[in-house]
Amino acid sequence: MNTPDTFDVIYNFVSGPLVWAAFILFIGGSIYRLWKMLSLVNKKDRYIFTYMSLYHSLRSIAHWILPFGTTSWRMHPAMTVATFAFHICLIILPIFLVGHVVMIAFSWGVSWPTLPAGVANVMTVIVIACCIFFLVRRIVQKDVKYLTTPSDYVLLLITAAPFITGFFAYHQWLDYRTCILLHILSGEIMLAAIPFTRLSHMLFAVFTRSYIASEFGGVRCAKDW
Amino acid sequence: MAETAEKEKKQIIDEGLDTGARRLTPERIKTIYDKILGKGAMGAKVRTYVDTCVHCGLCSDACHVYLSNDKDPKYSPAGKVKRSLGEFIKRKGNVSPAFIRDMSEIASTECNVCKRCAMYCPFGIDVAYLMLVARRICHLCGVTPLYIQATAHSHAATMNQMWVKEDEWIDTLQWQEEDGREEMPNLRIPLEKEGAEIMYSVIGPEPKFQPTLIYNAAIIMNTAGLDWTMPATPGWDNSDMAMYTGDNEIMARVKRAHFETAARLKVKKIVMGECGHAFRSVYDMGNRQLGWKMPPIPVVHAIEFYYDLLKSGKIKIKEKYKKSVTLHDPCNVVRGRGLHEKARYVVNQICENFIEMHPNREHNYCCNAGGGVINCGPPFKNKRVVSNAVKAKQIADTGAEILITPCHNCHSGMEDIISYYEVGMHTKFLSEIIYEVMEKPEPVE
Repeated sequence: MNTPDTFDVIYNFVSGPLVWAAFILFIGGSIYRLWKMLSLVNKKDRYIFTYMSLYHSLRSIAHWILPFGTTSWRMHPAMTVATFAFHICLIILPIFLVGHVVMIAFSWGVSWPTLPAGVANVMTVIVIACCIFFLVRRIVQKDVKYLTTPSDYVLLLITAAPFITGFFAYHQWLDYRTCILLHILSGEIMLAAIPFTRLSHMLFAVFTRSYIASEFGGVRCAKDW
Repeated sequence: MAETAEKEKKQIIDEGLDTGARRLTPERIKTIYDKILGKGAMGAKVRTYVDTCVHCGLCSDACHVYLSNDKDPKYSPAGKVKRSLGEFIKRKGNVSPAFIRDMSEIASTECNVCKRCAMYCPFGIDVAYLMLVARRICHLCGVTPLYIQATAHSHAATMNQMWVKEDEWIDTLQWQEEDGREEMPNLRIPLEKEGAEIMYSVIGPEPKFQPTLIYNAAIIMNTAGLDWTMPATPGWDNSDMAMYTGDNEIMARVKRAHFETAARLKVKKIVMGECGHAFRSVYDMGNRQLGWKMPPIPVVHAIEFYYDLLKSGKIKIKEKYKKSVTLHDPCNVVRGRGLHEKARYVVNQICENFIEMHPNREHNYCCNAGGGVINCGPPFKNKRVVSNAVKAKQIADTGAEILITPCHNCHSGMEDIISYYEVGMHTKFLSEIIYEVMEKPEPVE
């Protein structure tokens, strides 16, 4: 279906201007959302600033970013393993993938160490497997199912898509060119979606955790993990 | 069991909720939505919490109501938000009066705002806060359970929770002083002593139903030789049900009266009886409503007070309490003030055989009475005890004879649970045991 010409046009658009658009939306959108949140705190809930405590925030975050570092993590071992494996791979993989680093080296002449192909492959499988775990959990576990809205499935798809398409492209299963195009496109969609969907927990989690940690640690003299 | 609870729920008739909803119009609801959550009105906490929750369900297992109702998903913390405030925000306030009635019931009787779930959510989303916002909206809609609304009215009219009149209050204190003099001839309950070190304050139900607790406190104060006083004017009551109905204005008035009474008496600190919600009001919520980051006058909860007395040797123990005891950590002074280790020190000083319940300390299960739930009264009593089967099991597993609950709401709630599930235990306040085992001056013959 793709004549070389149309494909090239689409590919150049998706891997050129759209990348810029995605990053501008991701970075600009993130700054905008954080700025909006902080100015809303300043306008409506200014007292929050007076209770914030760096020590108690860091103390709490240190427990929560440690697998099994909190009672909640220990109570849900499968979810804990999946959550940590998923988030670690999700962040590390795209940044240190050979294919990504090479492209940046070509364009800007800067590069950094990369993951061995085998490791990257396993990490991709982990991300996809975790997405399947989250999906099954949403369908099977009663309390999670009750909370689930259609948007949760959409977000899961948005997150899984770059990894599935990337995996297919890397192994050259199906049509490579289609896969790589879909891979770039889905990656862009995910980046752009982060500030404007509930994927924004990436931005807000550190603030919500810090706030409750400051209330618990500073005022309530209690642990929050 | 979940279905049974659902049927029971449907049968619950509450004058405050039903009449309130009948008087309400969709237009009025929309006006209140605009005022509290509309454009330019919604606060950063509500906005961020709603935007950040990823519906992961990790909060579910934190909630005693969820665990006790066969893990019915609608009782999970996030499930309760979904059915109430979440839906209200999603529909931008375009909901029926019946919806507000249900939201009020969910927020006022299915959540104790105990904040246990905030410790289980990876993002620390404070569902208790969201439930208090829901209660605030229901309050503005005029749809609040009758019994707790009646106590809020009492606060507004008398500055105490139980319609205790000024002369009745003074009379009760003098009566306790007179009784106490039979045991301790020099005993005094000093009223209005300006410049005393301590103002002792209690909740309305103490003079109304449990004056012996004031008696015990007087014996402890006099034995320890403390410079203390109690006010003879309104402002003596530290309790605050307006805080739990979402009536922030009355909460502020009540707390202001309390702090101003202490300031008028020029005391150095306020010592409070064994009450949790009152502590929350004085230490956390009421002071903030008045613009104080922390209480303007130091407040000391009974647990900390007894700890200091025992540690400093001002109170000595004659013979430790023999029966086996377990300790319930009340949310408002443990998750709310970190007094769990001091409570254990006190218990170990006064009791021979202390058995821990599990989970404990910050992770203890809620009593399902606090947060204003027990104050919603008889219409919701059955639902309340059914919704805390997990607590009954937790305390029964200790095998202890006595359950120490240093909080009034916990105390009453636990008594209901113990009798409903036939746990075969008795509840006691710390002061009751201290009174029993402490060294007292010999009576003069």
